[in-house]
Amino acid sequence: MATTTTNPTISTFEDALDELGVDLTRTAADEFAATLDDVVRDPAVGVPLPFDVAYPDSVTVDPTPAALERAETGVTPASFGVANYGSVLLPSTADGAEPVSLYPELHVPVVRASDVLPDLPEALDRFGDVARENGASTVVATGPSATADMGELVLGAHGPEAVHVVMLDE
Amino acid sequence: MSKGDKAAEIRRLMATEGPAIEENTKGFNRRRREAVADLENYEELRTRAREIKEDAIDRLPELIDELRESVEANGGHLYVADDPEDANRYVRNVVADNGAERVVKSKSMTTEELEVNDALEADGVDVVETDLGEWVVQLADETPSHLIAPAIHRSRESIADLFREVFDPDDPPETADELTTFARNRLGELIRDADVGVTGANFVTADSGTMALVTSEGNARKCAVAPDTHVAVAGVEKVIPSTDDLSPFLELLARSGTGQDLTAYVSLLTPPVDSPTLDFDDDETPLSERGSDREFHLVLVDNGRMAMREDDQLRETLYCIRCGQCSNSCANFQHVGGHAFGGETYSGGIGTGWEAGIEGLDTAAEFNDFCTGCSRCVNGCPTKIDIPWINTVVRDRVNRGTEPEGYDFLVEGLTPDEEPGGLDLDKRLFGNFETLAKLGSATAPVSNWLADTGPARWALERVAGVDSRRDLPEFQRETLVDWFRNRVSTVSDPTREAVLYPDVYTNHVQVERGKAAVRVLEALGVSVRIPSMPSSGRAPLSQGMIATAEAHAHDVYGALAEHVDAGRDVVVIEPSDLAMFEREYERFLADASVERLQEHSYEIMEYVYGLLENGADADALRGGDGHEVAYHAHCQQRTLGLEAHTTAVLEALDYDVVTSDVECCGMAGSFGYKDTYYELSMDVGDDLAEQFSTAETRDRTVVASGTSCLEQLDALLARPSRHPVELVAPR
Ligand code: SF4
Repeated sequence: MATTTTNPTISTFEDALDELGVDLTRTAADEFAATLDDVVRDPAVGVPLPFDVAYPDSVTVDPTPAALERAETGVTPASFGVANYGSVLLPSTADGAEPVSLYPELHVPVVRASDVLPDLPEALDRFGDVARENGASTVVATGPSATADMGELVLGAHGPEAVHVVMLDE
Repeated sequence: MSKGDKAAEIRRLMATEGPAIEENTKGFNRRRREAVADLENYEELRTRAREIKEDAIDRLPELIDELRESVEANGGHLYVADDPEDANRYVRNVVADNGAERVVKSKSMTTEELEVNDALEADGVDVVETDLGEWVVQLADETPSHLIAPAIHRSRESIADLFREVFDPDDPPETADELTTFARNRLGELIRDADVGVTGANFVTADSGTMALVTSEGNARKCAVAPDTHVAVAGVEKVIPSTDDLSPFLELLARSGTGQDLTAYVSLLTPPVDSPTLDFDDDETPLSERGSDREFHLVLVDNGRMAMREDDQLRETLYCIRCGQCSNSCANFQHVGGHAFGGETYSGGIGTGWEAGIEGLDTAAEFNDFCTGCSRCVNGCPTKIDIPWINTVVRDRVNRGTEPEGYDFLVEGLTPDEEPGGLDLDKRLFGNFETLAKLGSATAPVSNWLADTGPARWALERVAGVDSRRDLPEFQRETLVDWFRNRVSTVSDPTREAVLYPDVYTNHVQVERGKAAVRVLEALGVSVRIPSMPSSGRAPLSQGMIATAEAHAHDVYGALAEHVDAGRDVVVIEPSDLAMFEREYERFLADASVERLQEHSYEIMEYVYGLLENGADADALRGGDGHEVAYHAHCQQRTLGLEAHTTAVLEALDYDVVTSDVECCGMAGSFGYKDTYYELSMDVGDDLAEQFSTAETRDRTVVASGTSCLEQLDALLARPSRHPVELVAPR
């Protein structure tokens, strides 16, 4: 993990993720493929990323439902990060970002450092604009799926048991 | 249910479900306190949440129109259903039109209210709950016992037993991990080829047609997007104006309920969503090529809510965001859970308001008595609902609906109240405690001796439901007011003048604490008066006798106004009476009057604290010299934030203080006297007794601020207890 952070929003985000038990790896665009390769568990699937980066070969992009079912890792873009909660906003898109972020055991959201916003009101403000305009949907995801219904806290109920955020520095 | 049956049912639930509920709710509370303390703008968020709800409910019809436009512009359907039949008919039609054989559901109290599952199952549809807790409840054929944690009453072991019974697996799951994996796998299969997904909606925004679904497991996400048809069912009160209004609620919801900062998944769906559906029959077409032909229906349910909106007292219930905090923080709930403390659907503190509005008074009446009005839930409600007040209102309405029972002649003359004849005798008796106390003092010690005899106790239990296991208060022949009347003030050059408010208990029963208060005040240079005063109305209010309580409020204000005008402070010993002035009088008196009264009223130890802060001589009081004390504050005193003053005064006087941290002593006035609730009262009290019986506390002197707490502590512990003012008073 890079330790040269000076941006207070980013360091808040780092702390919040740490508290949630979510791993974070920072990377530059040209090292993205190599970084992701280290992060994912095989087999890995992903949806196209709206950033100027290339996927490593280890990730099957635009998977079939069968590939999704087998996958251990799902990689999806996050439109925003919420620094104080360590949340990521995961847009529901036609290429299947919602199921890819939900079904595999490990979810890897990719967020640009410049898209990490200080707090929830700010993130919802951005989301509201697109929701009103074109009916967008998103998931505010904070840490892994969890349940306390079976007598104690267990990670990985219906969704991923682990989350590993990859943050793109540009 | 007869009172005896009810007591038996309480006993059963205390033994079977109580332990798991207590452990779980206390865990929620502990985390909530931490999570809230971390939040700088907590009060601001609550204020904002309240404002949004007030506005939204006020403009509800107009917001529903706006929402309809948004939903339809997105390509979905909005249906507003009048009642459960209407809503269920609509849902059944959608399911039938899709030829659906299986429906997967994400936990929703509103669908419990409508009994959607039963309606669909009657049509031969397989309905599967996907929230793990709700699934457990479904497998066991039970009802949820908590707003947000439906299986909170079950231990891990009992869930393991249930799975073994239902599924008879080769390798039965035992640990929480194994149980979760087992459930996840089973449910995953069932969701895989479900035809319709049914969810609730925590919030729906009118401007965009977006609904917020809050879950930690991720099952709502699966139910909403895995099948191609999604039906969301929610009460009309869930509509808020815009997406900008979501954040205060989202920031408060999980914190208030379970103490998480934010629930793991908040889906903000503006359906029909773009996500491709997952068809595992054709599992070789890439996701992006599948397209989606989605159908979305939002069913908003009235079922009494629009009438609640017109009801000045019940309206606030609609501001509830169902966080469950008022259940968690309730000592009675902690011991019996939602199966006793609940109606057809909703349980806990605000459950009474919901059931009264949705099912009617009869259903609400069954568990309304569980609210003792301790007010411990008040400061934690994210939308600042005065939950005890709603319970009081419902109790009043229940009283008014009751048929006369025929024992009235017995209490003739004892019940100078403003209430209708049908009121339960036990409520009448406790509601008119002032009259009883006057008579008791006038005839003491004969009254005490008489009340203690076997036949009298038998009659009291038989006729008025006063449990014979509970010691009765002992009335003093000489009241505090009488004692004071013949007394010469010891203060020659007073710094302040104060009226010591002679509440019924201090005046008739706990006279010693009144005398101690006088000595303390005078030692600190305060000139004291104790005029004869009407009682605050707390006793009738706690029985739901609102008209009587209101009459008292006017009388008390009338009697105190002159003193306030003369610049005298009003000092109150009994915290529940001060809480009347501070909280409930706002319902009864003109704004200016109640403000004036509040501004000049103090709890006795708060007042002493203020005097010491302003330079009064602490040496005039009895110092502790390191004396070890165990202190239990009164619940209403804590709600008002007045607990710390007592501790501060005791510590300033060199007492070594430990405090209890239980929600309630379990007594709350009349509650512990009633034979239906006596055992519950003692069970709740046990937690307090335990805290004061540890190695660290068992030799400490016990002090408590409230009359009920003192009575309860006397019943629970072998050693005596007293008010802190008695500890510090010079002899
Ligand atoms: S009344 Fe308030 S505290 Fe109780 S469940 Fe509703 S929102 Fe939560």
